Amino acid sequence: MSARMSTGRTVAAHAVLLTYTLIALFPVFVIVINSFKSRKAIFADPLALPLPGNFDLIGYQTVMKQGDFFLYFQNSLIVTAASLFFVLLFGAMAAFALSEYRFRGNTLMGLYLALGIMIPIRLGTVAILEIMVASGLVNTLTALILVYTAQGLPLAVFILSEFMKSVSNDLKNAGRIDGLSEYRIFFSLVLPLVRPAMATVAVFTMIPIWNDLWFPLILAPSEEVKTVTLGAQVFIGQFVTNWNAVLAALSLAIVPVLVLYLIFSRQLIRGITAGAVK
Amino acid sequence: MGALELKSISKSFGSTEVIKAVDLKVEDGEFCVFVGPSGCGKSTLLRIIAGLEDATDGDILLDGKRVNDVAPAKRELAMVFQTYALYPHLTVRDNMALALKQAGKPRAEITASTDKAAAMLELGPLLDRRPAELSGGQRQRVAIGRAIVRTPKLFLFDEPLSNLDAALRVATRIEIARLHRDLKATMIYVTHDQVEAMTLADRIVVLRSGRVEQVGTPMELYNNPANTFVAGFIGSPQMNFLDAASLGFAPGQVGVRPEHLTISREDGEIAAEVSHVEKLGGETLVYARHPQHGLLTVRLFGEHEYAVSEQVHLTLLLDRIFQFDTEGQRRH
Repeated sequence: MSARMSTGRTVAAHAVLLTYTLIALFPVFVIVINSFKSRKAIFADPLALPLPGNFDLIGYQTVMKQGDFFLYFQNSLIVTAASLFFVLLFGAMAAFALSEYRFRGNTLMGLYLALGIMIPIRLGTVAILEIMVASGLVNTLTALILVYTAQGLPLAVFILSEFMKSVSNDLKNAGRIDGLSEYRIFFSLVLPLVRPAMATVAVFTMIPIWNDLWFPLILAPSEEVKTVTLGAQVFIGQFVTNWNAVLAALSLAIVPVLVLYLIFSRQLIRGITAGAVK
Repeated sequence: MGALELKSISKSFGSTEVIKAVDLKVEDGEFCVFVGPSGCGKSTLLRIIAGLEDATDGDILLDGKRVNDVAPAKRELAMVFQTYALYPHLTVRDNMALALKQAGKPRAEITASTDKAAAMLELGPLLDRRPAELSGGQRQRVAIGRAIVRTPKLFLFDEPLSNLDAALRVATRIEIARLHRDLKATMIYVTHDQVEAMTLADRIVVLRSGRVEQVGTPMELYNNPANTFVAGFIGSPQMNFLDAASLGFAPGQVGVRPEHLTISREDGEIAAEVSHVEKLGGETLVYARHPQHGLLTVRLFGEHEYAVSEQVHLTLLLDRIFQFDTEGQRRH
């Protein structure tokens, strides 16, 4: 097989990928352009670009005025960042233990921890709500962080333990002989080497948390702990929906997650593994 | 300072026993090489000595003290790995200094010993680079430097030359031999390459499936192998094994090294047909096939012309043959 693909195949591959990209981005594109248009213009021609004739910032103005959107953003960011931190920390630690140490029931424990991938956490909503009520955590961000950490851990443990197995044993043993503690070995030798895997897990974990409506609605619906997705619901009424505001809120909600994604995807590409071991 | 003693060390992974009651004494300042085919347990034994694996049974004594329950870092040993295992995020200097920093040594002492080790291995210009910017040979020198800096009682080498190319392997081998002379430290070296074992060792330990087959100086093993396994493993090209009964000896095998067979076109004990010839310049290897004894190797010094499928006669140097019984044990 030649290293260079024929022009025909290159064009075909690009066509498929571009089509997919267009389909995937189209809803986002429609949301963003319509968030800059007047209400009448949205309904008159949803696909028209925001031009001087129909340009209107009324949606953004409503969002800024009504509701405490900065607070919602802050809540979403706190919940996402904290859950992400815990998922990565505990997920990586569990993965390290599973891949590094031989102990009775190791495989069984790994399977048990991975089981959560196949069982949706929402099945346990009633029980979770009961626990949160009993422990007085309803209407706190802590409740959301706990649930999301539990939700993210199975996949994190599963992916990271596979990657940790690939880290050179010699490197870890060299650390042990040089007197590094297991924690130092984990944090300063192993974690940097699995950074691309951590970034992958971060992206997979972050997006469902940021977008979730279910648990904020059930566990933390009060004003001061609302997340962005829940906050945007105030503009969707039973009889009247303020589309300008909904679209503006959603457009704004894309920004932070996009920034986080860019940060992680750079980590995905970079890697300092070169030179560690041959 | 650095005598090692292993007392009936055993190691099992689940139900498979990989080390079977190994007893061994390594004297202070000795260069001891563990050699054997892959899977013989030599690396596991080394890791048990290092404390990276726990022995299932038996005692490890360092300078007479039992160290079974002592953490690797506290055993005062240093290890050089096949894959170098340098810390990718640290410079060469910090790689070498890490163990001393962990041990809480004063800064001046750390700098002095890293500089000394760097000078010994000519690593001076590389001190501020990271492992990724070094070549394979340089990385292995850094790994050796990292071991020297700690001034350990015991050096452990786990196939340190396997990842290097042939020329570099010879150069590094000489360097390790020189270090052993200069440092006069006890070294344990694991390899599957019998040439490394023969050239470096004061004493060789030949292992097979978790058991010690023979311990001795390189020349003892060469001149006095205890069984067919050691006889076949030590020496290159491999020893020829012939059917003893058909040569008029007691039943079993007769071993003769390729350099102790003579070849002639006219007459000799064993008639064979040349099947392949390797000319190396300094020596010529003739492979001759015999219907009963199989492929026999003859090592000749200098250049010789033999054609494939030519009929030749081989003769054993009778004072250099080894007789083995049907169990493969040496007959005395």
